[in-house]
Amino acid sequence: MKPTVPTAGAGFLRIEGLSKSFVPAKPVFADVSFAIDRGEFVCIIGHSGCGKTTILNVLAGLDTASSGHVFMDGREVAGPSLERGVVFQSHALMPWLTVRRNIAFAVQSRWPDWPAAQVDEQVRKFVALVGLDGAIDKKPSQLSGGMKQRVGIARAFSIQPKMLLLDEPFGALDALTRGTIQDELMSIVRQTQQTVFMITHDVDEAILLADRILLMSNGTETAAGWRPGNIAETVVNPLPRERTRAGLHHLDGYYALRNHIVDFLVTRAKAT
Amino acid sequence: MHKVLNLKAALLSLLLFAVFLAVWQVATMSSGVSASQAGLSAEQIEYQKMLGKDPGQVKSAGFPTPAEMGATAWKHLSNPFYDNGPNDKGIAIQLAWSLGRVGLGFLLACLVAVPLGFVIGMSPLLQKAFDPFIQVLKPISPLAWMPLALYTIKDSSVSGIFVIFICSVWPMLLNTAFGVASVKREWLNVASTLEVKPLRRAFRVILPAAAPTILTGMRISMGIAWLVIVAAEMLVGGTGIGYFVWNEWNNLSLTNVIFAILVIGVVGMLLDLAFAGLQKKVTYVE
Repeated sequence: MKPTVPTAGAGFLRIEGLSKSFVPAKPVFADVSFAIDRGEFVCIIGHSGCGKTTILNVLAGLDTASSGHVFMDGREVAGPSLERGVVFQSHALMPWLTVRRNIAFAVQSRWPDWPAAQVDEQVRKFVALVGLDGAIDKKPSQLSGGMKQRVGIARAFSIQPKMLLLDEPFGALDALTRGTIQDELMSIVRQTQQTVFMITHDVDEAILLADRILLMSNGTETAAGWRPGNIAETVVNPLPRERTRAGLHHLDGYYALRNHIVDFLVTRAKAT
Repeated sequence: MHKVLNLKAALLSLLLFAVFLAVWQVATMSSGVSASQAGLSAEQIEYQKMLGKDPGQVKSAGFPTPAEMGATAWKHLSNPFYDNGPNDKGIAIQLAWSLGRVGLGFLLACLVAVPLGFVIGMSPLLQKAFDPFIQVLKPISPLAWMPLALYTIKDSSVSGIFVIFICSVWPMLLNTAFGVASVKREWLNVASTLEVKPLRRAFRVILPAAAPTILTGMRISMGIAWLVIVAAEMLVGGTGIGYFVWNEWNNLSLTNVIFAILVIGVVGMLLDLAFAGLQKKVTYVE
C-alpha cells in the first residue's frame, strides 16, 4: 500500500490499525489508530498490561506490530531512527561515561561530521536546559534518580528529533522530584515546540502536560469472547495552554476532566 | 576505620611471619647438629667418614635454616644480572626470560580470545556451535599438551609459548563471551534508537560494558599462564625460573629451590596486582 503524503494537520504521525498479539488468538490490543500533529503533546493513559509500552516500542522501532502501519511524515516507520528520540523509563545512561560524554555520544550519532567544539556546545546547551550544569562531568552513579532522568531527557532533546517518545519517564521518581521535572519538561517542550508522545500512569501529569489524552482499555474476556485492548476514548485537553502545576487545580474544567479520566480508569478501562 | 584495620592486619601478618620463622628455626636447628662426635670411638668416626656420614661435618643437604635461607636470598638478590654461561645466570635474567615467554603466550591468547569471545558472545548460534570444542579442550593440562607441541613445533621455546597460549586462552575466551552476551538490553536499545552502526556500537557500547568481565578473564588467564610457565620450563629447559628450580633441585641445592619458589610467588602476586589495577580502571558503578 503506497503511503499518501498527509496534508498539514492530517497527522504528522499516523498509526493505522495497529495490533499486537503474543498469543495468536488473543491480541493484547487491536485496531489501534490515531494521529499526532506536529507540535502536539499527546499522552496515553491506561492500566498496566494494556499495551501502551508496546505501542511506544513499535513507534520507536524497537518492536514490531503483528499488523497495522505507522507513518511519520509520510514515510512508513520500519525501525529505530534518530528522528524519533526515546526517553526510557529507567534512564538507560551508560554508567562508564560522564553526563557530558553520554549526551555527546548521542550528538555525535546524529551529526558525525561535527567538530568536537560544536558537539560540546550542543551538549552544554541541553545540559543547561535541564539545569544540570554543575553535574556535567559527573558519572551517573554520582547522580540522584531525578538528575539521571533529566540527563536522559537532555540526551533525547539534544538530537533534536522530529518526535519524542517518553515511556513513563517519571515513574521511578518521588513525587517532589516528579513535580519539578514536569515543570521543566513543559517549559522545554513549549520552547522547542517539540512533538511528544508520552506514556503515563499519573492523571495529573497527563492533564498538566498533554494537549490530547488517549484513554486505553485493556484486553478482556467477555461473554462474546476475547476483546482486545483499544483506544477507548480521545480527550482533548480544554485547559488553557499557559497552565502551571501550581495553579492547575484552580482552573475551570480541571476537576471535570480529572473525574472523567479517573472514572474511565476505575470503571471502563477493564470493563467487560 | 580502614587505617586501623590495615594496621592491625599488618601487625598480625608480621606476627604470623615471626612465628613461622621461629618454628622453622627450631625445626631445622636439630638437623644441623647430627650425630655428635661425643660417644664415638676413633675407629667408629673413621668408619662413619668412609660411609660418607662424617659426624664432624655439618652437611647442608638437610633442610636449610632461616639464616642460610636469608644468606642465599641475599646472594641472589645482590647480584641479579650476572651471566656466567648458559646454566648459571642471575635471577633477574631468569625471570626476564620467563616473563618474556609468558608475555608472548598471553598476548597471543589475548589476540585470539577477545575477538573470538566477542563474536561468540554476540551470536547464540556460534556460542552453541563452539561450546563442545571449548568444553573438551578447556580441562586439558598444559603438561599433556607438551609432547604434542614438541613433536609438531619441534622448537622447545616456541612449544613453551604455545602451551602458555593454549592454557591461558580459555578463561579470557569464556569471560569475554559471557561479558558480551550480558550487555544490558537497554544500552543496546539506546544505541538502536541513535542509529549507531554495528562497528561503533561494538567499540563504544558493548566493549566498555563488557570490559570488567573481560579483564577478570585476563586476570585469571595471567595467573594460569604464570603457573604453566614454571611447569613448562621444567620440562623443556633453557633459561627461565622454572628451569632454575629444576636445575637447582638436580644440584640438591634446597636453599636455591626454596628461594626460586618464593620469587615465583612474589612475581605471581605482582602480576595479579597489575591486572587488578587495570580492572579497577574499567570498572563502573551502575
